[in-house]
Amino acid sequence: MGKTLAEKILSQKSGTNAHAGDIVVAAVDLVFVQDGTGPLAIRQFEASGFEKVAKPKRTAIFLDHASPSPARELSNDHVLLRNFAKKTGVFLFEVGEGVCHQLVAESLANPAEVILGADSHTTTAGGLGAFATGMGSTDIAMAMALGKTWLRVPESFKVVVEGYLGEGVYAKDLILHLISLLGADGATYKSLEFCGETISNMTISERFTIANMAVEAGAKAGLFPSDEKTKEYLIAQGRGERYCPLQPDDDAIYEHTIKIDAAALEPTVAMPHSVDNTALAKELKGTKIQQVFIGTCTNGRLEDLAIAASLLKSRSRHPDTRLIIAPASRKVLQASIEAGYIQTFLEAGALIMPPGCAACFGLHQGVLGDGESCLSTANRNFRGRMGNPNSFIYLGSPATAAATAITGEITDPREFL
Amino acid sequence: MILRGRAFKFGDNISTDHIIPGRWFHLRSNLPELAKHVLEDVSPAFVSKVKPGDFIVAGKNFGLGSSREHAPLVIKMVGVRAILAQSTARIFFRNAINQGLPVLICDTSQIDEGDELEVDLNRSIVKDLTNGTQLSFGKVPEVMLHILEEGGLVPYIRKYGDFRL
Repeated sequence: MGKTLAEKILSQKSGTNAHAGDIVVAAVDLVFVQDGTGPLAIRQFEASGFEKVAKPKRTAIFLDHASPSPARELSNDHVLLRNFAKKTGVFLFEVGEGVCHQLVAESLANPAEVILGADSHTTTAGGLGAFATGMGSTDIAMAMALGKTWLRVPESFKVVVEGYLGEGVYAKDLILHLISLLGADGATYKSLEFCGETISNMTISERFTIANMAVEAGAKAGLFPSDEKTKEYLIAQGRGERYCPLQPDDDAIYEHTIKIDAAALEPTVAMPHSVDNTALAKELKGTKIQQVFIGTCTNGRLEDLAIAASLLKSRSRHPDTRLIIAPASRKVLQASIEAGYIQTFLEAGALIMPPGCAACFGLHQGVLGDGESCLSTANRNFRGRMGNPNSFIYLGSPATAAATAITGEITDPREFL
Repeated sequence: MILRGRAFKFGDNISTDHIIPGRWFHLRSNLPELAKHVLEDVSPAFVSKVKPGDFIVAGKNFGLGSSREHAPLVIKMVGVRAILAQSTARIFFRNAINQGLPVLICDTSQIDEGDELEVDLNRSIVKDLTNGTQLSFGKVPEVMLHILEEGGLVPYIRKYGDFRL
């Protein structure tokens, strides 16, 4: 019986002939926490009587949410995390290095690996063909100590995307469209597995955007094949030797197949307060926006900033609309400076944040006021997500975000093509 | 084991941002303080009304969103003995079990706010003593049952030192 990507990876890592529905114990190739989930993970690790991490060079701590820390409680959490890293020899990525998922992609993730992170958007690394999924602090603590975890092998949905995305339409629009088709719980416990001509032609950065948001339909993983694009990406990151090809079997069994015609997609926006509540950007014309936020593990990469810069070049933000931009990593920030994007953003009136999660999750660096609306390139728009339950969050692509910053209301970016 | 308590009713798609919002991110290492804010954006009175032994009764996709285990942790801390929901998000479900907090999947539509409930964990039955109805909930996988029996993943691993399938 043929295997899906999830079944192939979990068979290999558990040493069994695994199929959907089986419960397996799988070796974990990479495990990580961030500063919001790490302190509890360390406490659970110690409460279980562990002192040593199973694979210190495949274990990482990221200080990305409170980057840098705005409160002494969080500064003390950072002290705890730094001390644990010193004691156990695991990697520590300091404040300002970037968002965990971007750094995992740049430096650590490889195809066919099992990757666990104490952060729901760990699915991002599925863009490289890794079975990457988010768990809570206790599961992660045990994976750090034991080098393995237990998993139910998920059923898979095959998502076939054919054709070319139109000008001004991006991977973000595709995944928002897919989540609206599935619903916010439509893929709960499933592996979303992407294939088709559009997917083959997609850059790894675009694949990350899609894999990142798989969890917004409830999915356990968002998996892409490992192909020539994957190989090129790994070579560019200096670890081409870690490439291995990975495709599902032709006779793999899927619970469900979804077909998407890329050419029919248009710029799409998720409306408050759920990600599956979508409309076309053009239908929301006239919706005033007080803050635009470009960045995050979903859309804070160099390609995303390049798209935003192309629209903002020689233009300015609307006087009633703040524009906040947070590159996803230090590397992205440096490359954006070299490419002139940061100069473009500053000339357009933008505020540049340090690499990290920034305004995405409601702690700092762009908390909304009562009644205010934000158009964000992030992945979640739940009520209160950006720090104020009396505010409204819309999600869109970097192009939609840039166009909206210019006009001060939700705008289809094709108006600026 | 038989549990008895009152129902606190919630709707569909209660996210971890509803359960414990990001604006309290800095309180995650101060759990007693964090617990004072549980579900406040959905039901400001919940934390002052809930008593040890009570139940959260929710619609579908309870606990969607972030991996923050603090969500089931603070729900347990304020005394909630079990969560009854039509469905839950994947990470939340696993986190709750790891904290020793039972999550029972059943049709919660007939249960009203304040109803007196009796949950029989061994027979997988919920009795609504207020309206006289009875319903059954789905079984959890065996590995999770063992984790629940030990009171969570930390005591389970302390006892067995490894995962036992």
